Amino acid sequence: MSTAIPSARRRASIWLEFLGSMNLAITLLAALAVSSVVGTVLQQNKTYESYIIKFGPFWFEVYKALGLYDVYSAGWFVFVLGFLLVSTSLCVYRNAPGFVREMRDFRLQHNARSLRAFAQHAEWTVALGAEALSAPLENYLAARGFRVRVKPQGSGLLLAGMKGATNRVGYILAHVAVVVICIGGLLDGNLPLKIKEWRGEVRLETKPGILISEVPGESRLPASNPSYRGSVNIPEGASTRDVILRMRDGYFVQALPFEIAVKDFRTEFYDNGQPKSFESDLVLIDPERAEPLEQTISVNRPLLYKNFAIYQSSFTDGGSRLTLRVWRLGGTDALNMEGVVGGSYKLHGPEGALTLELKDFRLHNVKSAPPGSGKKFVDIGPSFIFKLRNEKGEALEFENYMLPLNQDGREFYISGVRNNENLPFSPLRFPADAQGGVAGFMRFAGALRDSAQRARAVAQVTSAGPSGARTLGETAAALLERFAAGGFAATQEYIRTRLASLPGEQREQVARAYITLLQDSLHALYVNLDLPPMPDVARQQQFFQDAVDTLGALPDYGAPFYFELADFNQLQASGLQITRTPGKGIVYLGFGMIVAGVFMMFYLPQRRVWLALSEQDGRTQVLLAGASNRDPLGFAREFEALRDGLTERLQRL
Amino acid sequence: MSASQETLIKDFGKPSFWSALTLFDWLWAALVAGGAAYVLYRYGAVMDAYETGILMGVAPLLAGTGWWWKPFRTFALAVAALSLCAVWLYGTQLSNAETNFFLQYLLASQSAVMWMSALFILATLSYFISLFARSDYAGQIASALTWSAAASGLIGLLVRWRESYLIHPDVGHIPVSNLYEVFILFMLITALLYLYYEARYQTRALGAFVMLVISAALAFLLWFTFERAGHEIQPLVPALKSYWMKIHVPANFIGYGAFSLAAMVGIAYLLRARAERVNPQGLFATRLPSLEIMDNLMYKAITLGFGFFTLATVLGALWAAEAWGGYWSWDPKETWALIVLLNNAAWLHFRFTKGWRGAPMAWWAVGGLLVTTFAFMGVNMFLSGLHSYGSL
Ligand code: HEM
Repeated sequence: MSTAIPSARRRASIWLEFLGSMNLAITLLAALAVSSVVGTVLQQNKTYESYIIKFGPFWFEVYKALGLYDVYSAGWFVFVLGFLLVSTSLCVYRNAPGFVREMRDFRLQHNARSLRAFAQHAEWTVALGAEALSAPLENYLAARGFRVRVKPQGSGLLLAGMKGATNRVGYILAHVAVVVICIGGLLDGNLPLKIKEWRGEVRLETKPGILISEVPGESRLPASNPSYRGSVNIPEGASTRDVILRMRDGYFVQALPFEIAVKDFRTEFYDNGQPKSFESDLVLIDPERAEPLEQTISVNRPLLYKNFAIYQSSFTDGGSRLTLRVWRLGGTDALNMEGVVGGSYKLHGPEGALTLELKDFRLHNVKSAPPGSGKKFVDIGPSFIFKLRNEKGEALEFENYMLPLNQDGREFYISGVRNNENLPFSPLRFPADAQGGVAGFMRFAGALRDSAQRARAVAQVTSAGPSGARTLGETAAALLERFAAGGFAATQEYIRTRLASLPGEQREQVARAYITLLQDSLHALYVNLDLPPMPDVARQQQFFQDAVDTLGALPDYGAPFYFELADFNQLQASGLQITRTPGKGIVYLGFGMIVAGVFMMFYLPQRRVWLALSEQDGRTQVLLAGASNRDPLGFAREFEALRDGLTERLQRL
Repeated sequence: MSASQETLIKDFGKPSFWSALTLFDWLWAALVAGGAAYVLYRYGAVMDAYETGILMGVAPLLAGTGWWWKPFRTFALAVAALSLCAVWLYGTQLSNAETNFFLQYLLASQSAVMWMSALFILATLSYFISLFARSDYAGQIASALTWSAAASGLIGLLVRWRESYLIHPDVGHIPVSNLYEVFILFMLITALLYLYYEARYQTRALGAFVMLVISAALAFLLWFTFERAGHEIQPLVPALKSYWMKIHVPANFIGYGAFSLAAMVGIAYLLRARAERVNPQGLFATRLPSLEIMDNLMYKAITLGFGFFTLATVLGALWAAEAWGGYWSWDPKETWALIVLLNNAAWLHFRFTKGWRGAPMAWWAVGGLLVTTFAFMGVNMFLSGLHSYGSL
């Protein structure tokens, strides 16, 4: 039994030795570096769905098991980090006492013989006693930054000088800092939440599109949660007591111990439309405070309150009110409706019910200015984005502009459409009429859909024509009808099949005649409308041509309506990030320590010098020696200067 | 022996650090202080407390650098004089750049950068001539060219700073906000670091190697200017509008510069180590500095880089805490900065505590440049994250 204790102690010390060893430290540093790479190459905390698409089901599972989707809180990563902490702590624990002792130790045990063994040493003989030399030499070293101790030695004296003792303090600071930073970081991390999740105490909410109030209790975190980092969008004039913590493919709802309201939100833009600044006037209502706290925050200027920090991180639409005029394409009158961004509305289309989902409103749309306008950028005014969804759930996305855009001297209302959010919008242009609105175009479109008006136009065109007017009239009517129903594509197809039997050259000739016929019929149709006149005939003609171009493309537009933005009342939402970081102070302390420590280690090298004086017959043998714990070349230079300065002075004696 | 004990003591105490400073040293310090005071007087009203603090910190740093490294003063004075001259020539009219001869061909930011490019190319050639023709004279020319190139680069940046305000006061910002600007910063810092060590260790033969990194950076800069119009001054996104940028970015680039320097010395080390074995009378074995000096230089550069990179990473974390809502987000750029630090910490421990020297450490320093380059460029090119400002 008696041998058990020492061997247990020895085993413990072998463990200490191993954990605090340099080899392990270097291995761990390298291991940590390599494993950190993983998280930068693989985008972290995306939805599981996107990972499955990327890696396939097999590798998805493998990577999931390795924790690669959230590497920095994966068990093995935290384990390596923990190991490094233990290793660094032990290293400091083992080295620090020796280093502290060394800082105070002037190494007075040296003598002339041992000093002669130093790489850096020099000797003089002086016709003066050791006592008399002692004070000048001490001053010599002191003036060069050394702290000096003097000790009688044999027949003379030993002067020991030291500077840069703080070098060792640097070591302690820098290494303790590593531990301090990790502890602070741990306090601020989400490890406790992960553990709770792992033990099944809380569950990530993954259902999309439900209201915060509908989130069940198991996905809610109490206000007592010590650390988190959440985000929330608050419309102007609204407030919240919850934030959302996004994780992987879902989120938690985190209760705040206070209420936060956004009184006002403002944005400023550069000429090129880039956001220049955005800021929110916040009101923080804490039951623990008598008065609400009011502060304006902006990017880089958060509101700091207790352990909390509230940041301006983004902005979105907060439910702007839009007044829309809904034009049925082919009808003539518009319907007014009110909507709110974020809302959805039922409409009755010609082919069944449609849902209008208002997605976004943009007050400014800055585009590159047309060349020659003297400006680089223009703001083409407000727009709104919406989706139209049919009964099958298929949707097209649109972006309509409020103001007409001037193109080649003509004005157009632009509506962009796309069926995939990753594609750009393809624009359709509705020409503005004499009054600057779309009514003229809409009436034209309505007339085209109306068979009576079509018949009248055909009669007008063909009555003036030569014999054979009856077949001509039929042809014109057919062409107009095709054009009304299917635009350019259908008309072309019709002409192609009707003329298929004709030989090539003749076919082209007749086709051209058909187009002219269609053009004339359309023109008659247009003239019959008797729209308010444009300032001149050329403009009038241009409007007709533009309208025909749009009508020909209309069947591909994808929507049976045109939504005109008549009025709006913008409401923005401020995107805030709210964090609670109790460990921040500790981490910052560690930051200070590591920077100070590293610079002290590198730039305050420890330098020791000795002057051994031995007196004999009124003459003194002076021996200078020196050593440094780093930068041998730098020290050699410094020693030379020290030696030469001394030579010069001793010679003068 | 005539002196009394007191005079003896006094004599031995001289010269102490302060009394070793010459009149010119004090003049220099006074000039720097005066410059800082003028900036404060002129622009104090529009500077926030942090910016004032930064200015107060930079002034003694400049004065100290000049005391420690005398040639730096000539450099700084020349740069200051020419930059002020450019500011004066500009007045309040940016369009003066097109009409004024000196601006158009010398001092406008773009022109100064083009001069920098040309001078760096000439310096590189001269260093190579000096190495291969064993010509010390060419070496002297090369050093002078490098000084001038660095000066042109710094003038280019300083004038660009002014130009950004001339475009519009809202657009004005310190030119360390995008890839174009930081590449110039990188080149000039690397050059200055090298020049410091060159004078200290008499190592002109290393110039050819160091200039290789600078030339590579230059090639990128020119491509970026001509292919991507990267030189156009753009307004800052809100996240970058912060006094932190003024210290975070320069600290980072001292780090990058020092690591690159270490790697290039590493290459020279490996060449000499090999030459000593296979061809002891050859060029590399005779012209390059001794292995000991290069090893020491490599170590010095890595410690300098480590110190400033630590500082920069800490500053970055503090900034992130203000801009993104957390001091550490494991954003790719942050993480790669940590990787760079861990890599160099491992290097330092190997060398300092285990006493490793020689070729393996040189290889490691060269490999470290790949890690550093990835952290600098690769992250912007291949990985996405919060640091998307400097994207290509
Ligand atoms: C992330 C963790 C660490 C960092 C950032 C770090 C950083 C540093 C730095 C920068 C130096 C100065 C090297 C030089 O002057 O060339 C140093 C020295 C040193 N480190 Fe570490 N270190 C870490 C972990 C460790 C560990 C785990 C140990 C123990 C095994 C250790 C032991 C030492 C020792 C003994 C020295 C020499 C100190 C001296 O004599 O002045 N370090 N460290």
